Amino acid sequence: MPEQTVIEAVRDTMRAEMRRDESVILLGEDVGLRGGVFLATDGFIEEFGEDRVIDTPLAESLICGLALGAAVNGMRPLAEIQFADFVWPAINQLVGEAARVRYGTNGVKTAPMTIRVPYGGGVRGGLYHSQSIEVLFAHTPGLTVVAPATPYDAKGLLASAIRSDDPVIVLEHKRTYRLVKGEVPIEDYTIPIGRAEIKRPGSEMTIVTYGLMLHYALQAAETVSEQGLDVEVLDLRTLRPLDADAIAESVSRTGKVLIVQEDTPAVSISSEVAAIVGERCFFDLDGPITRLTAPELPPMPFSPLQEAAFMPSPEKIVAAIAKLAEL
Amino acid sequence: MSATANKSSKLGTTSPPLSGERLVELYRTMVLSRYLDERVWLLNRQGKAAIAASAQGHEAAQVACIEATDPSKDHYLTYYRQFTAMMALGTEPEEMLRGFLAKDGDPMSAARQFPLHGAHPRVDLFNFSNVIATQLPQAAGVALADQLRGDDAVTIVFFGDGAASQGDTHEAMNFAGIRKLPIVFFCENNRYAISVPLNKQMAVDTVASRAAGYGFPGVQVDGTDVVAVYEATQAAVNRARAGDGPTLIEASVERLQPHTTDDDHTRYRSPEDIAQMANKDPVKITSETLRRRDLLTEAEDEAIHAEAKRRVNVATDTVDAEPYPDTETMFDHVTSNRDEGGS
Amino acid sequence: MVAFKIELPHVGESVTEAIIGKWLKSPGEHIEKYDPLVEVITDKVNMDVPAPASGTLTKLLAAEGDTVPMGSVIAEMETDEANVRGDSESSPTPAGAKSPGSPLAGRIGTLVQGANVGPTGGEFLDTSLSSPEPGTRPATAASSGPDNGKQHFSPVVTRLAAQHGVDLGTLVGTGLGGRVTKKDVLAAAASAPPSTALADSISAEDQVIEPTPIRRMIAAHMVRSTSEIPHAWSAVEVDVTGMVAWRAANRQRFQQTHDVRLTYLPFTLLCVAAALKVSPRINSSWLDGKVVLKGAINVGVAVAAPEGLVVPVVQSAAGSTLLELAQQLDGVVKRARSGTMTLNDVQGGTFTLNNTGALGSVWGGAIINHPQAAILTTEAIVKRPVVITEKDSDSVVVRSMMNICLSFDHRIIDGAEASIFLQAVRTGLEAIVVDTEF
Repeated sequence: MPEQTVIEAVRDTMRAEMRRDESVILLGEDVGLRGGVFLATDGFIEEFGEDRVIDTPLAESLICGLALGAAVNGMRPLAEIQFADFVWPAINQLVGEAARVRYGTNGVKTAPMTIRVPYGGGVRGGLYHSQSIEVLFAHTPGLTVVAPATPYDAKGLLASAIRSDDPVIVLEHKRTYRLVKGEVPIEDYTIPIGRAEIKRPGSEMTIVTYGLMLHYALQAAETVSEQGLDVEVLDLRTLRPLDADAIAESVSRTGKVLIVQEDTPAVSISSEVAAIVGERCFFDLDGPITRLTAPELPPMPFSPLQEAAFMPSPEKIVAAIAKLAEL
Repeated sequence: MSATANKSSKLGTTSPPLSGERLVELYRTMVLSRYLDERVWLLNRQGKAAIAASAQGHEAAQVACIEATDPSKDHYLTYYRQFTAMMALGTEPEEMLRGFLAKDGDPMSAARQFPLHGAHPRVDLFNFSNVIATQLPQAAGVALADQLRGDDAVTIVFFGDGAASQGDTHEAMNFAGIRKLPIVFFCENNRYAISVPLNKQMAVDTVASRAAGYGFPGVQVDGTDVVAVYEATQAAVNRARAGDGPTLIEASVERLQPHTTDDDHTRYRSPEDIAQMANKDPVKITSETLRRRDLLTEAEDEAIHAEAKRRVNVATDTVDAEPYPDTETMFDHVTSNRDEGGS
Repeated sequence: MVAFKIELPHVGESVTEAIIGKWLKSPGEHIEKYDPLVEVITDKVNMDVPAPASGTLTKLLAAEGDTVPMGSVIAEMETDEANVRGDSESSPTPAGAKSPGSPLAGRIGTLVQGANVGPTGGEFLDTSLSSPEPGTRPATAASSGPDNGKQHFSPVVTRLAAQHGVDLGTLVGTGLGGRVTKKDVLAAAASAPPSTALADSISAEDQVIEPTPIRRMIAAHMVRSTSEIPHAWSAVEVDVTGMVAWRAANRQRFQQTHDVRLTYLPFTLLCVAAALKVSPRINSSWLDGKVVLKGAINVGVAVAAPEGLVVPVVQSAAGSTLLELAQQLDGVVKRARSGTMTLNDVQGGTFTLNNTGALGSVWGGAIINHPQAAILTTEAIVKRPVVITEKDSDSVVVRSMMNICLSFDHRIIDGAEASIFLQAVRTGLEAIVVDTEF
């Protein structure tokens, strides 16, 4: 089976979807002639032309407003926000408008649009090329948010997002773009939105995580298995809607949960996962619900030692596992 | 390949002027709109209509603009003040009232939204929110889709003098100019954004003057003059259909009522300013114009008024007695997944 | 009038919860401070909870038959007084309940009727508010389950222990600091025999009785004693001929002079108390892995009361005379039998005495009254032929013989100590003759 990096899987999926459905149009800054700053759309304008690969002006609210307008008029726009840190001017068009189109028109208008957003740190990105932005979107009824962390999941979830009739935010951790390589089948497939996946089965503890942290958690689980600790790793994959059933099933079975996220902790995905565990697994818990997150600082400092101190790491996860296992 | 290549451009009308009969019809719509508009304010004071934004003073501009378009294929992105435009597009008084009274059967949003928000059941008119100016980039997106497909539909997006200040307005016009989108930016300038007067809203004298900065024409018209607005809109629509790009039309109107039923404009407008608006009432002006041109007799005029009053009374009695939407329905249509709402 | 929450007061040591027996007042009724409000049943005694203030009872928040932890709110009332504090040391009333006279009320403010704000800031009186309350889809019900409230046991440990019938007190924990873990419970469950369900065990001829709250409490208490305390037994025969003679000669005088019915119980209590004084380990308790020698000697006397066994306590038994003991016993047994015991009557016991002989028993192996270390039964006094040796010469005589049987906690007490204690009791009793001065 061929192996690809995450960025290759993303690129190939977009290309396949654009070939499959001519209503899919690409818009964003530098997506055309430059092929995208991460080369996600390298070669696209040559293949699909200026009318399907649109270099927009530098205006994020416009990009998402355009996507929304085109979506309600028969297109399936696939927009890119160049860095998650730049999404804030577009929040109104996404959270205030796109999320509410179907509800506010009682189903008469729908917005089949996809917004791809590279996010996350550990790339020496400083305060404005490192942010995690999932929380606002994951909180919003009407929006769907996915966060694939492997090449296989990137293809399947991006295809589902583009084919979905709802507005979908696709969060791609930029560190995984070239760091993670894995098997990706050539044939067409989709992954259902809203389903987490056990990436590593275990019996004594569940790590719930997503994004780059999935890979760090898997490394940590491998390390502790040599000491006889059997840790399960659950990849959320979709952040809204969260797969509460999968979370509850896993934690009820293992009895202990460690939630690992790169984002800061207050009012975050980990808070919601903890609430679900508390509501549904209380009488199966053999230890307190535990989180490992970034510290409560603006993500994230530029200088290397500070960036490393900010980010969770496999070593920090190993220590957290050991502490929770000991209790 | 671009669908916009090689179409001729002309800034002028290419179809016949407004006929006398059409003018009277437009007037009829304006009168009906006026009575219904006044009735809605009364219903608010009775505690039955929670909120209303009036189009009194805007009626001529709205009917004339719509008249120059093709509702069978064009797109209309409105904001909260296009009361008359909606009636000109065939919305019945009962349908309007169901929105204002938040009753079951409101066609625009099933009464989840403020009145006049949602999507029209028969023409492609929609208004997703009352956040100011978000509709302009969306309109650019709608027009973009038509352009890419080579459809000759035109997108008309309505906005006010306040919206002209939003960043979204700049972003949308900029893009529309770059791509020569088939779009008409229709600004109803009534000189007040709630209480903020024009000279605090912009440093220039007109909104239209800004179009030059985006590379397309800007036209200012007297918004109380049906014919003038019609001709300006017609020229803009033809330009767009020809592939020559956007036009910004600024219709000057007066806002006869405060911003909404929650506002009191005596707090920020001088008595003289308020008084002079009586001279700019488009219903009166159009009535006078029609009679001066012998298109309407006094008796016919009275009959139009009488019929409008009657129609409004029937609609009020009907909708007042109707029920509110069932609470169970509020969980529908959050996403395409039926299981998501309410769980 | 101020809204006031009525809490179940904390009463009695080691009592943490009570069963609501019977509400004596209904919502809407006016109540005076100290009026009996509700009967509650505890491990030790039934009691009435008095109203903490005068006012009107507004809401009952616990139903008859509910088990309620002490300190929890069981009812609400509107008080007549401006400022009311609960009788128990409960949490202070919330700020909203303060009377208009208190300093906070002004800062909180009151609601102005009819002052509404419209959707965008103006005034709007919504006439649609007269329509019925909108229904909402029920929220996903949070799972509820039994909460034993045991400290240091995690939720899964508590649940699994209950499910498999594992007694957590018997487990040695392998978690941090000796914590009992899920693995520990599952391991214990795996080695325990399975319990049969009720349905499998009964036939059509059987009659299934729902135990009363008191019976349930007794049952739980017995299970606790027998599962936690390793019982051992020892017994001696006591020649009480002298005690019998003394009582026969003096009971009428007792009744006339002191208005006290004289049974054999004060005698045995007197000798037991004296013996406990010199055998402190019999008067002790195993607590948190330590042996606690109790300073006081408070002997509980088992009494068959209408609703089940109760154990009123004679406080400081070792310092009392026979008369004093007789009087105390008389009073406390009367109260037990009539269901009018107070909490003081049942608190503080360090040893228990059970006169099983009253019903004809000649031998007993009583269950220790947890958390005490021992219990003594006095069996029936029976005339028996007994061998007496005098000056190397054996003869058979008829004597009144009474067996006394000790059950003891073998963690604390060994056979030798048990025997020493029993000998002391016997010696004391056998020393009584018809003209003994008490």
